[in-house]
Amino acid sequence: MPGPQAGIHGWGAYIPIYRLPLSEIARTWGWHPEQYKGLAVEEKAVAGPDEDATTMGYEAARNAIARAQIKPSEIQAVFFGTESKPYAVKPSATIIAEALGITPLTMASDLEFACRAASEGMRALSGMASSGLIKYGLVIGSDTAQANPGDVLEFTAASGAAAFVIGPTSGAAAIIEDSVTFVTDTPDFWRRAQEPYPLHGEGFTGEPAYFYHIKNAVKTLFDKSGLRPTDFKYAIFHQPNGKFPLKVGQDLGFTMEQLKDGLVTPMIGNTYNASALMGFAKVLDKAKPGDRILLAPFGSGAGSDAYSIVVTDAVEAKKPLAPTVDQYLARKVTIDYSAYSKNRGIIYVIK
Amino acid sequence: MSMDLSISRHWRRKYSIYRLQAARCKACGRVHYPPRPACPYCGSRDLELVELPKHGKLVSFTKVYAVPEGARAQSPVYVGLVDLGATKVVAELTDITDQTQPKEGMEVEAVLRRTRVDGEAGLIYYALKFRPAIGVPDV
Repeated sequence: MPGPQAGIHGWGAYIPIYRLPLSEIARTWGWHPEQYKGLAVEEKAVAGPDEDATTMGYEAARNAIARAQIKPSEIQAVFFGTESKPYAVKPSATIIAEALGITPLTMASDLEFACRAASEGMRALSGMASSGLIKYGLVIGSDTAQANPGDVLEFTAASGAAAFVIGPTSGAAAIIEDSVTFVTDTPDFWRRAQEPYPLHGEGFTGEPAYFYHIKNAVKTLFDKSGLRPTDFKYAIFHQPNGKFPLKVGQDLGFTMEQLKDGLVTPMIGNTYNASALMGFAKVLDKAKPGDRILLAPFGSGAGSDAYSIVVTDAVEAKKPLAPTVDQYLARKVTIDYSAYSKNRGIIYVIK
Repeated sequence: MSMDLSISRHWRRKYSIYRLQAARCKACGRVHYPPRPACPYCGSRDLELVELPKHGKLVSFTKVYAVPEGARAQSPVYVGLVDLGATKVVAELTDITDQTQPKEGMEVEAVLRRTRVDGEAGLIYYALKFRPAIGVPDV
């Protein structure tokens, strides 16, 4: 039995202009020149010196609201998913809500669940919209992903944002027809409260975390809905690197044809909370009415959501209302390791 | 507070800083930014608040190397005069690189960015800055 249904009224993305070639990281830290080749990522997006998760989330949200064709004041909940909060205490959600004219009659909070906090927000908003508690809600996934300089994680930790306006099914560009969540306590990746960089639990990151949770979420969705891989035009998974989403997709029975359009990490690295969601935005930029999309974000700690989403006739009119993911991908300026270090605050400075 | 930043001043001006809120004089019809208690052109206090468009044309700009404390990571800071139609505003420019140098007449659009940061523990000050336009819509 499908649960209550909600609609996606607008989608938006943001990618900062700067790109760091991974060869720069290998050169700086003395990695073997081929070290990163297995990740299937060649360069990563890097936020500028005046950017953070809040400013990137603002721009993605502005694009999403424009496509939703609603007044910002009609939004009654703002959920901001990130693991790179500019403040430990002070919500980014209120800053974005104020800057976009959503305040004051709105819920607003920052969510944390590693890379899937925003997806949790999306699922929560679906329930809130379908129950009638709110008409429209805004969910934002945005990260300036941190990595200990010199750690292998640094090759993929990137910056970017994606945002969606969730509301009633009527007039929506896509309908969330069903969804499930699968979580366990898994020690694959964490960052302690006062620490600047995360650690990963080596052997836990692949099979017991990423693959186990995504596969169980998707299989549960299939069991619950009766849907099969052949029912979907597109399948989008969390993308910690360029290889994992292809492997999990193929293990679940999806083809390269279904997987390729939702990939963004091979071009810009892993944008954490925006990773799968930006892939989803990229697919909505080209999807046709009637297409069914499987979306499965993942977050360490660990958990995965699986959504079945069907595109409606309303999608076409919304596409040209904001820049596409491809436009942001094409807008880029290559920087070196020193500019990246300054932009991301890696250089220790007495303030 | 270690710097010449004022939390209360930033908070009082947040609608101008975040949303380009300006004032239109009901007596002479002219628009000014940021809003003042009286029209700077005719002195009337009969004003209404309006939001300026977030897209405009760069009239002129300058490049500042002597940046204030809290903005060193952003140096050099570009400051532009931007024509928004109803009025012109002075604001910081962003995403200026060797490949995206500012030019007079360039189409620009306002986006939210950090303007200054008060040390390690103080407030982060956000403001709209203008960058070469890529077509991000107003909402």
